[in-house]
Amino acid sequence: MTQRAAIVLNLNGVDHAISVEPRRTLADAIRDDCGLTGTHIGCEHGVCGACTIIVAGEAVRSCLMFAVQADGKRIRTVEGLADGEQLHPLQEAFIAHHALQCGFCTPGFLMLSLHALERDPDLGDEELLDLLASNLCRCTGYQNIVKAVRGAAAVMRAGVVR
Amino acid sequence: MSAGVAVPTGWVGRSLRRIEDPALVRGSGRFTSDLPAALWVRFVRSPVAAGKILRIVAPPGARMVTAADLAAVGPIRPMLHKFNYVPIEQRVLAADVVRFVGEPLAAILAPSREEAEDLAERVHVEIDATSAIVDAYAAIAAGAPLVHAQARGNIIVDARVATPGFAAASAAARHRVRLRIRSRRQNALPLEPRAAHAAWDPVERRIILHCSTQMPHLMRTIIAQLIGMAESGLRVIAPDVGGGFGQKMSLAAEYVVVAWLARSLRTSVAWTEDRRENLIASFHARDQHIDLEGMFDDAARLVALRADVLANVGAYACYPTTGAVEALMAMAEMPGPYDVRDYSCTARGVLTHTCPMAPYRGVSRPVITFAIERLMDKAAAAFGIDAPTIRRRNLVRAFPYTTATGLVFDEASYVETMDAAVLAADLPAFRARQAAARLQGRYLGIGMSTFCERTGYGTPAFAARGMDVTPGWETVVLGIDPSGCVEARIGSSPHGQGLRTALSQIIADELGVSPERVTVVHGDTDRTPYGWGTFASRSLVIAGGAALMAARKVRAKLIGMAADLLEAAPEDIVLGDGVARVSGTDRAMAIDALARAAYHQTHRFKGTFAPGLAESATYDPPGTFSNACHIALVEVDIETGRVGIEKFLVAEDAGRLINPMIVDGQIHGGVAQGIANALYEEVIYDAGGDILTATLADYLPPTAREIPPIALHHRETLTEASLTKAKGVGEGGTIGAPAALINAVNDALAPFGVSIDEIPATPQRIRDALRAAAAAKA
Ligand code: FES
Ligand code: FES
Repeated sequence: MTQRAAIVLNLNGVDHAISVEPRRTLADAIRDDCGLTGTHIGCEHGVCGACTIIVAGEAVRSCLMFAVQADGKRIRTVEGLADGEQLHPLQEAFIAHHALQCGFCTPGFLMLSLHALERDPDLGDEELLDLLASNLCRCTGYQNIVKAVRGAAAVMRAGVVR
Repeated sequence: MSAGVAVPTGWVGRSLRRIEDPALVRGSGRFTSDLPAALWVRFVRSPVAAGKILRIVAPPGARMVTAADLAAVGPIRPMLHKFNYVPIEQRVLAADVVRFVGEPLAAILAPSREEAEDLAERVHVEIDATSAIVDAYAAIAAGAPLVHAQARGNIIVDARVATPGFAAASAAARHRVRLRIRSRRQNALPLEPRAAHAAWDPVERRIILHCSTQMPHLMRTIIAQLIGMAESGLRVIAPDVGGGFGQKMSLAAEYVVVAWLARSLRTSVAWTEDRRENLIASFHARDQHIDLEGMFDDAARLVALRADVLANVGAYACYPTTGAVEALMAMAEMPGPYDVRDYSCTARGVLTHTCPMAPYRGVSRPVITFAIERLMDKAAAAFGIDAPTIRRRNLVRAFPYTTATGLVFDEASYVETMDAAVLAADLPAFRARQAAARLQGRYLGIGMSTFCERTGYGTPAFAARGMDVTPGWETVVLGIDPSGCVEARIGSSPHGQGLRTALSQIIADELGVSPERVTVVHGDTDRTPYGWGTFASRSLVIAGGAALMAARKVRAKLIGMAADLLEAAPEDIVLGDGVARVSGTDRAMAIDALARAAYHQTHRFKGTFAPGLAESATYDPPGTFSNACHIALVEVDIETGRVGIEKFLVAEDAGRLINPMIVDGQIHGGVAQGIANALYEEVIYDAGGDILTATLADYLPPTAREIPPIALHHRETLTEASLTKAKGVGEGGTIGAPAALINAVNDALAPFGVSIDEIPATPQRIRDALRAAAAAKA
């Protein structure tokens, strides 16, 4: 498969013009072609959620999408979450609640939660658990991730940042 | 001895935010697979469990490497000098025969991962399949095919111990309780798969190997040795490591191939395993059968214990611990926290045509704790007493205590910790609720486990296991630079535990500076002193002890210099808040200024002090036992066999808590893996040795839905066996949870007269047991 497609990935507001094979996954394109390695790959078969990013306003598993499908769409990854030195409330909360250990799953959980909370910062506890059960973490036992997202939701509701 | 938890006076004892986190939450962590490479490797793996390799043919134009190309690369051959260990060899790429599904046969190289994968799929592999053995009992049956010709009966380790009084004590005992337990196979499953990236450095003319490992220094030693090169020609870097849990402690054959390729081709070569490879061909754990018999006196006191352990070690022995590690740990620690003087055990490690076994968080102890805690519950039922009572009668109370196998338990709180847990669980209230629920056809259960965990042990413990390589000590080199910044270079190598933060707290207290001034450098063989890494709940205890020792030396020098320059007696110098002051006066000097003087104004000391401010210290401790009690409250749905966890409670004594937040995180994560062990995760082979659980949708790691909130209670017994008074806490959560959960499941199902003695207790197994019980009654 040598035929390549010229596409533009708009990552966190910056255009990346790249040329990829049609079968290249979005996760690989973001990591290898655009050099943004914050999006992690834990399974490449759509179960772990480490590769979760936001494409055109939807949370997606970037290992299950082809890069060509994201051509021209607005893509948000973990690298775009902080505003310069200012961490996003979710990032702050993950640190404050010790919601990460090795940090490998963290970008996926952050983007998953970001998408959900931006839609509905009033997410109930049960809905939140359902949401967070989409992704895997092997280190934390989840409890602190749940607390962190709840904490961040409160901050985001209050509209302190963004 | 102290009860409860101390109020912190310095940095130690505070839940400081982790130094590690800001980079990780920004996505700027550096993991091995983030590095670009000129060439990517895809391994061609054996599709069959056993057989003779006839041909491996690469597609036209492909660059392929097989065992023939690696003739000069030595085999992986870890060694034990005890327990009838039979050394076996693993070629890094299989030559002649294959011994498990997934064993690497060849490496394909291409400029991208996709191309390498395409080519690897087109490699033509011809293997003359032979019959495979998967089960440990089948492997020791007469006439079973041999996995390695030199291991007769497929046994690679055959260990026996018996106390002199065992036979008499056992014969005289009036009550006997026996059970057989089975632990199915698991995968440690770090979320970051294994990865290696080796690059030829044309300037220094050596290889820089980044890899996801828990033991960078030992990896350098063994990889250089296998390839046949000087260690100085290899620099190993463990950058951010996305979890390991033991799986990344053992040498990956693939890493050797990647390093060899970079050296041979003078370029950069990378490999990142995919999840399927990780599930089928990294390392497995916990595949054990235990036959356990307890002999009790009339007062329900355990007077003798007999165990027979059969551990399935897979097709090869992992380096450095060998596949014997589970069997030997089971033998040494089976009696648990109980005062039993007579003990007899046989422990065998058995080869099969399955993925090799390696240490996984808890190593054997989740299984043996499950065994002895089931035994205790069964004995309690036989004596008509409750679970806490039988344990209270048997727990060790006086310390130091030497076990029947010669382990020395340091100061701890076995009874007190259990009592705290039992109190918190409110047993009487639960029993009332349970009775009411049963009337409505709902089955609630409570279960507990008490255990102690050997942590932070030094070289003698590894030597006792007969290991050729005896890890144990750690070295820390601690310096203050001329600007006053503190740098600790450690041989240990964390993989997500927040060790940098915890060590900075210990060092900051000793030097009177803020932890922000302390940088901890790890995971680079060029920048750190030789050391071992993270495993066996040791890093904080041992690297922490070494850091404390080194900091004390630096502190002594700082005080001496301050006394000199401030013209005071050293006893009068107090370090704190970045300043050395003469107590009771306003004479003071910033530590920064002292540091500058130590390098740039050495003339001021008139030769009393050698220039510079750097010291090194090595700690090789005896080992210290943490202890805990886990209590699980569950509800079993008898229609579906589903187990719901209502509540999970842990009372833990891990000595001094350096950073309580990190300790809690270790327990949460450990318990989650224990829950997985008890109820969900299982590597399944079919009878022919093919593996059926090759995706995360088949192998079932729990999600946030399955892991309940975990209530924690701490005690701090301050032990003399650890310099910092901290005990290890990395594995305890995983060790205690399966036993507590399965005891709870059995308590819930007590009305049906079933006994679930196999983990994971999946819905299918629970339903099978209920059906069998119903059929027996009918
Ligand atoms: S890497 Fe995409 S879901 Fe696991
Ligand atoms: S923090 Fe390691 S996998 Fe979640």
